[in-house]
Amino acid sequence: MSGHSHDHDHHHDHDHSTLSEMDVRVRALETLLTQKGYIDPAAIDRIIETYETEVGPHNGAQVVAKAWAEPDFKAWLLQDATAAIASLGFTGRQGEHMVALENTPEQHNMVVCTLCSCYPWPVLGLPPVWYKSAAYRSRAVIEPRKVLADFGVSLPESTRIRVWDSTAEVRYLVLPKRPPGTEHMSQTALAALVSRDAMIGTALL
Amino acid sequence: MNGVHDMGGQQGFGPVLIEEAKPLFHADWESRAMAMTVAMGASGQWNIDLSRSARESLPPDIYLSSSYYEIWVRALEKLMLERHMVTAAELETGHMITPPVNVSKVLTRDSVDAALKAGSPTERPIDQPALFKVGQKVRALNMRPQGHTRLPRYVRGHVGTIVSLHGGHVMPDQHTLRALPPFQVRVEWLYTVVFEGPTLWGSDSDPTLEVTVDAWQSYLEAAD
Repeated sequence: MSGHSHDHDHHHDHDHSTLSEMDVRVRALETLLTQKGYIDPAAIDRIIETYETEVGPHNGAQVVAKAWAEPDFKAWLLQDATAAIASLGFTGRQGEHMVALENTPEQHNMVVCTLCSCYPWPVLGLPPVWYKSAAYRSRAVIEPRKVLADFGVSLPESTRIRVWDSTAEVRYLVLPKRPPGTEHMSQTALAALVSRDAMIGTALL
Repeated sequence: MNGVHDMGGQQGFGPVLIEEAKPLFHADWESRAMAMTVAMGASGQWNIDLSRSARESLPPDIYLSSSYYEIWVRALEKLMLERHMVTAAELETGHMITPPVNVSKVLTRDSVDAALKAGSPTERPIDQPALFKVGQKVRALNMRPQGHTRLPRYVRGHVGTIVSLHGGHVMPDQHTLRALPPFQVRVEWLYTVVFEGPTLWGSDSDPTLEVTVDAWQSYLEAAD
């Protein structure tokens, strides 16, 4: 397939025509691959359903809430995140080798993939558009405080920022600081406080 | 390859645009493209590193001007064309003209869950002891491989410190050397290495910044 040759000075038109062109292209692709017997459309539906309705940041939020509430689980999570997370049933594709990063007053952790879009699918689902954007991928490693400012986040100058570039098959989950005043909350209530961005390191709780 | 995908430290891409609404997909074709790419992985005709390499070796202008899932579609088409699984005419018309090639597996609705839950771990047993230990100073090699690599340009030539060891993992550069199975598998120790901000970006860098990369052993040399 040849590249298309839109006038890049007209971004709106470009985006619009790309959408319809891609729609046609992807439909043709699915028809072809189905005829060839390479894919089963029902499997395609199931994959979409999984990431639209079942696997998402609510999984990671459960992990974080449990770590906040149970010191033993937190110790396990920080020592062997893959096993600790698997104990809650979250395993597999793009989360085969997990590492949890604890935010402390001394160190804030933030995750990026400068080379592509590596992201811990079993605990966070599919990555948001900004995580895959050139702006985030290029800037997170060189000026993370300015990137955090784009998110409305400001950290004390005394806090070290460690940015984790996911260049292999290790996937990172940030364990945010537990908000004050939550000591008596249930794990379910705690999990509701945990945002996706806090588990990437671009939000504070 | 010193490709355009290797974005760490590049400047001029503007602010990070955060969407108010957070749709997972912005059009139906995006979800179909994502799922087809995942499903075609089961064909066994390529591996994750060949798949990444196919995206990263798209022409730079195409890579930069394509949306995320458009890159996936273009790479999927390229992988299948290279392996004669489809022809350009078939992609154009959306209809089968030539017979299919044999694939190792086709996901069905019933086998999807188990496949996603299992994933594709890259850790492998390794006999050789690790060359580096936690706390040791290492230099990321200054290199420019023609093929696929996962050592970002911005750390090459710089000295960092080993933070952790992850066991033996399939080395991606080697993993792309054979286009078809059986793929070339070399297992190497994988490390997380931390670099100081000023080491990477100069004296006016944020002094509180540290950046880590995950690096295979052959990307590194001792710098003690």
